[in-house]
Amino acid sequence: MPGKLKAKIVAGRHLPVMDRASDLTDAFVEVKFGNTTFKTDVFPKSLNPQWNSEWFKFEVDDEDLQDEPLQITVLDHDTYSANDAIGKVYIDIDPLLCAEAASVISGWFPIYDTIHGIRGEINVLVKVELFNDLNRFRQSSCGVKFLCTTSIPRGYRAAMVHGFVEELVVNEDPEYQWIDRIRTPRASNEARQRLISLMSGELQRKIGLKVLEMGGNAVVGYLQCFDLEGESGLVVRAIGTACTLEKHSSGSLVNTHTHPNTAPASNACNSPSKDGKEPVFGEDLPSSSGPPTPFRILPTSSFSPPPFSPSKPCSRQSSSSDTDLSLTPKTDESQSGRRRPGIFLCPSSPVLSADSLSLPGSGSVGRGHSSGCRAITPPIPSFTHSDSALLRKSVSFTEDLLLAASGMGSGGSAGKEAGPLKTLLRQQTQTALEQRGASSSGLLLNAREFPFFTLTSFPPGFLVHVGGVVSARSVKLLDRIHNPDLIQSSRQSIVRMERKMTGRQRKSQDRLWNVTDEPETRDAWWEEIRQEIKSHAKALGCHAVVGYSENTSICEEVCILSASGTATILNPRYMREGCLDIGSTDHRFDDPSPPSCGFCHIPYDELNMPFPAQLTYCYNCRRQKVPDVLFTTIDLPAEAAVTGKGCLIQARLCRLKKKAQGEVNATAISNLLPFMEYELHTQLMNKLKLRSMNALFGLHIQISVGENMLLGLASATGVYLTALPAPGGIQIAGKTSGDLNNEQHIQSIQKRINDTIAKNKELHQINPPELTEEGVGSPIPEPRHRSRLFRSHSESSDEVSELDLSHGKKDAFVLEIDDTDAVEDIHSLLIDASPPTGFYTCNTETMPGIYNWTTAVQMFTSVRVLRLSNANLSNQSLNKIFTDLCENLLKSFYFKLRSNIPCCLCHLNFTVAVPEEELIQVSVTAVAMTFDQDQTQERFITKGGNETEEQLQFPLELCADSSSTNTQTSSKFSGVPENTIVSSRVSSLENCSPLTEGRPRSLRSSRSFGGSSVTMVKMTPLSFLPGTRIIKYLGIINMFFIRETTSLREEGGVSGFLHSFIAEVFAMVRAHVAALGGNAVVSYSMKDCVLMENPNKNQAQCLINVSGDAVICVRETDQEPMTSMTNIGQSCTADGAT
Amino acid sequence: MAVELDVFVGNTTIMDEEVYQLWLDGYTVNDAVKVRMAGGVLDECEANQDVLLSDTMDQYRTFQMCERLLQSPAKLANQLLFQIPPHRQTMLIERYYAFDDAFVREVLGKKLSKGTKKDLDDIGAKTGVTLKSCRRQFDNFKRVFKVVEELKGPLVENIRQHFLLSDKLARDYAAIVFFANNRFETGKKKLQYLTFQDFAFCAGQLINNWTVGAVDNMAEDMDVDLDKEFLQELKELKVLITDKDLLDQHKSLVCTALRGKTKAFTEMEANFKNLSRGLVNIATKLTNTKDVRDFFIDLVEKFIEPCRSDRWTSADVKLYLTHYTNSAHILDSFKHQAVWDRYMGVIKSCIFKMYHD
Repeated sequence: MPGKLKAKIVAGRHLPVMDRASDLTDAFVEVKFGNTTFKTDVFPKSLNPQWNSEWFKFEVDDEDLQDEPLQITVLDHDTYSANDAIGKVYIDIDPLLCAEAASVISGWFPIYDTIHGIRGEINVLVKVELFNDLNRFRQSSCGVKFLCTTSIPRGYRAAMVHGFVEELVVNEDPEYQWIDRIRTPRASNEARQRLISLMSGELQRKIGLKVLEMGGNAVVGYLQCFDLEGESGLVVRAIGTACTLEKHSSGSLVNTHTHPNTAPASNACNSPSKDGKEPVFGEDLPSSSGPPTPFRILPTSSFSPPPFSPSKPCSRQSSSSDTDLSLTPKTDESQSGRRRPGIFLCPSSPVLSADSLSLPGSGSVGRGHSSGCRAITPPIPSFTHSDSALLRKSVSFTEDLLLAASGMGSGGSAGKEAGPLKTLLRQQTQTALEQRGASSSGLLLNAREFPFFTLTSFPPGFLVHVGGVVSARSVKLLDRIHNPDLIQSSRQSIVRMERKMTGRQRKSQDRLWNVTDEPETRDAWWEEIRQEIKSHAKALGCHAVVGYSENTSICEEVCILSASGTATILNPRYMREGCLDIGSTDHRFDDPSPPSCGFCHIPYDELNMPFPAQLTYCYNCRRQKVPDVLFTTIDLPAEAAVTGKGCLIQARLCRLKKKAQGEVNATAISNLLPFMEYELHTQLMNKLKLRSMNALFGLHIQISVGENMLLGLASATGVYLTALPAPGGIQIAGKTSGDLNNEQHIQSIQKRINDTIAKNKELHQINPPELTEEGVGSPIPEPRHRSRLFRSHSESSDEVSELDLSHGKKDAFVLEIDDTDAVEDIHSLLIDASPPTGFYTCNTETMPGIYNWTTAVQMFTSVRVLRLSNANLSNQSLNKIFTDLCENLLKSFYFKLRSNIPCCLCHLNFTVAVPEEELIQVSVTAVAMTFDQDQTQERFITKGGNETEEQLQFPLELCADSSSTNTQTSSKFSGVPENTIVSSRVSSLENCSPLTEGRPRSLRSSRSFGGSSVTMVKMTPLSFLPGTRIIKYLGIINMFFIRETTSLREEGGVSGFLHSFIAEVFAMVRAHVAALGGNAVVSYSMKDCVLMENPNKNQAQCLINVSGDAVICVRETDQEPMTSMTNIGQSCTADGAT
Repeated sequence: MAVELDVFVGNTTIMDEEVYQLWLDGYTVNDAVKVRMAGGVLDECEANQDVLLSDTMDQYRTFQMCERLLQSPAKLANQLLFQIPPHRQTMLIERYYAFDDAFVREVLGKKLSKGTKKDLDDIGAKTGVTLKSCRRQFDNFKRVFKVVEELKGPLVENIRQHFLLSDKLARDYAAIVFFANNRFETGKKKLQYLTFQDFAFCAGQLINNWTVGAVDNMAEDMDVDLDKEFLQELKELKVLITDKDLLDQHKSLVCTALRGKTKAFTEMEANFKNLSRGLVNIATKLTNTKDVRDFFIDLVEKFIEPCRSDRWTSADVKLYLTHYTNSAHILDSFKHQAVWDRYMGVIKSCIFKMYHD
């Protein structure tokens, strides 16, 4: 009985009228935790009830504390009929379990109803008393910090980074249970909300356990996602990076090897696996002087892990006998050989290699290449019927496996290595819970198995070299849950859900014969992907993957699993021993590369590159080789030397596909994927060149599947890295040189492109220092390749047209000017408007070249859905529509945020979906950050000097001062004319004049003006708030809401419905943060926004999942937390509502 | 291809003041877009019409969602749905409760009933204010009226506290409530030249001096009803015109004081008895509700019009009324100095305000 939870219901306000006769409400409150429920008295006839209840006490397991939310239901008492529910509040207790986080939850929470939205507010106090010591925590993992932030949180130091943690939990979706047919939508929605809350609590607890066993105390970069698989269930999965965090004040550097927790652990970690793997890796990483090892070549078969998980008949119960399992991959390997003979043809094509040249720096060995290859060789559907005896119906289409094909080189021994790896990896998927004994080694293997880090920015010196982006995708058919044996995976939820799931009566039986354990299958799917990612990284000569993320896209029964990250070499000094496979004497860590360019230096061996790349000596230090372009998924390292500013670069693509079912559908999709990846990549590359930049950061490629189309959206922030060579221009070539018209046409297009490049250079202030030819080192003389349309032109070549023609012959990829597709493509390339003066855009945390942020931030979420009325659209016109959709969204942002100029839209996060056949949905969350133009001008000459002081002042006052003004007491507020005068814009408008002129002696009673009773809570997708210092992390915010309406028209249509829902979600997030004593949310993100509508029935439903870190921050100059003042209003009771 | 859904939600609610005004003024989204385009907002940010439409729709939706809160402004301050900095809240409320002088002029003194509401389209057509805006303004009047009707204490202060309005606007609303409550006639042709601000000023004078609240700050009754006792006492002033001696004495005192100070002296002298009778009669009749309603029309007919036909300047009027009031104090047999002051103080300032050159 390790904990006591106490809750007190203080008051309500703004309640809805529940009794039409009296226009009042007789409200009371039910407080529920686990299976215990308490009730307050009825407070009759009031819309602002004052319950002032006693403390309700729940004595509970800490395990429950982690899993369960506190559930508060406000009801209207009715003497004659059933009591009507007004709404609910779910409060996550987790932040109270962490000693360092919040100590009490106290404040006003919106009362939320899934049908009516927010209906008034309730004031609640919650406390937790934990009794026992940490040693006794077995099932629970209280005390582990969870952070969404994908960097080491400010104010902390990573004493140790332990590595990758992951977990997933599966359950049946209440929406798809038979009982759903007879219960109300409200009951169904609430069951879902509650279930997901339970599942994410459980997931977090399990991950926490893994972290504790690794010896860590925190999870950074915690990324939790929901897969709504419809009938086949509901998956909640999470990944993160386990760390040992220390408060900064503790100071001195800790020697990693003497860390008490980890030393024994790492030993344990090494013992079982070392023999098998270490030597292999050791060979892999020696200095480049050694002979090329087979591992540097992309080993084909290492890319072909079994397309489906080798089934584990005895799965989780077994502590996995290695021998048993290792057999499975072997057979698979042989299978894969048999299955795809065609693949090996690809590398032999000279065209291919020329083509793949285009992707060198990108390092997207996998995607880019293979797609390139498949662009020529129609891909052989590599889906494989699973051995049905083992796997039932789960068929997987591992198009990703084809990746290897482009790889040069044969399978070799590395392929075999994959086998044992896989077996070991099996172990980690088994939930730690059941096999405590085996788990410690399993977990440590996990870290070793997948040297992945969800972090995107790192302490200086952490990142040694960056290889490039690695990604993997796989198409799976979702299988219905065959009465899954959920008891172990989500035991807690099941027991509690039992009541509702009468259909689950047979479960005890099921356990006897059901061997396909759902979480296991999902685990296996992800393992496959992760394994592939790891192989890619290895092929790039890297031992770690950073900026790692995973996501899915589901349409009906088809699911695309994707993972991507950046292959890197990390400094082992920061890692726990054994976490990475690093030869201790590896020269690369002694590399004295300057920090501003070191990470750009190639990690792979120059003489035996994983792919043909154009290398030059680093333009910064001139000692090491660098690629001509660099693609990454991480944030720009702070120490990187950058020329000019960056900008958002997006590649957008639509591909139609035939409607189909089942395997046919999955095949079609996996056939399309490589083409899409290739196209996206080409677009990115061209747009990068067009902007005269040479590196992409924060690359995120999303491919979304719909019934009749696939959408691809790649977003990244382009920059000019000083260390990398200047990008060549874009050269247009026609196939036939004779036609005069054509020549002119080509010339005019070429001119437009050149003009655009010049304009962009100016816009982004890219003025790299001129370099002489000798200094440039020796570019590897390879035919300059380019994509289908354009041929990149390295600066070293002078002659243009003639050279191109010759290349044209070589390449076989020539722009035919009468090819309308090609023309369209050029137009689409040029259509991307650059942001208007005063705006900058990026999808990373900050923009290089801008340092002097003001404290003004404006976070926003925007959703747009387009209905395609014409069913017979071509790919081209679809592309145009999709591109316009994205461009128009951006234009809208510029316009709406024009008062914030000069500002930068940071962390622009686009999410695409195909919710229905004819619909395209794009959701964006970003933050507009204002900066001080004047200081910028000292550094750079900008054209846009037209910003008046007025414009500067406005945003300042809007956001920054708002937080301070609301800290003033209310009486003071009314008497302070500055509030209205500060903004010259406001006061300059005639209608405001009454405000400014005469309110000299209004001593307004504070009673009526509760203006400062609501804490201002700032939200940002970034990990920091400019101009402020985070003094405390209060806990993770992870909320899931469902909203439904049966009166869509009355709520203003879908737009009105979603608008108010998003506003409500914001409000609930802010309320929770304020109740924890916080004043900001950092690393905020909206993970899901699933909208379903049926205008004919006047109905709509929407699901939103958001997360972030609640923090207390103070102005950089202040010492005292702002909240000490802003919270004053919290305790004041309802008032003013006459 | 059509935009099915388009929303933009900021953590801090973004509200463009120009669009807010257009919304308040009852423009449709499309009309608002036209106005904005004409205003040249597109040049600001390389936007196009679609962007403007999308933005306008978003803003209109936000305002509609906010409207419920604006109707009880105290809620706006402690609601959680919209995060709006306090000074922006003040702006929203102030603008929401702002009204068109042309519109209020039409409604002033009318009963705030359903019947009047039905006539709003006519009023709208006449004043050029959109029906939507008329409705909002009318509902605002009615809402304020209903709330303060049941409250004790000073009217202006009550309005300011409950609706969080600026002092100026609260005073205007007090005037509207006061006029509606006493049903002062303001619509007659003769009164057309008076602006709302003229009336509002007069209302302020009446509220401050003639209501119960003027004598007793915390009286049970409110500022909206005139002080019955005082109205009764006004009957005593009749002596000024009924007593022939007193009237003559009064006249000579005034004429002595005025002589040589104005060009209109002869007219003043000639009209003295008429004017004095007019003013005193108004005072004595105020016990009748009907005559209270006609208060302003009486002032115009009995005093302002005669003076104007004699081409008095404002200064003349001021001079005359000052001496007219003060001279009464010197009259030995006139005992009702306090009532006289209370009455003439208001009359004087009302006439000053109402006398347009």
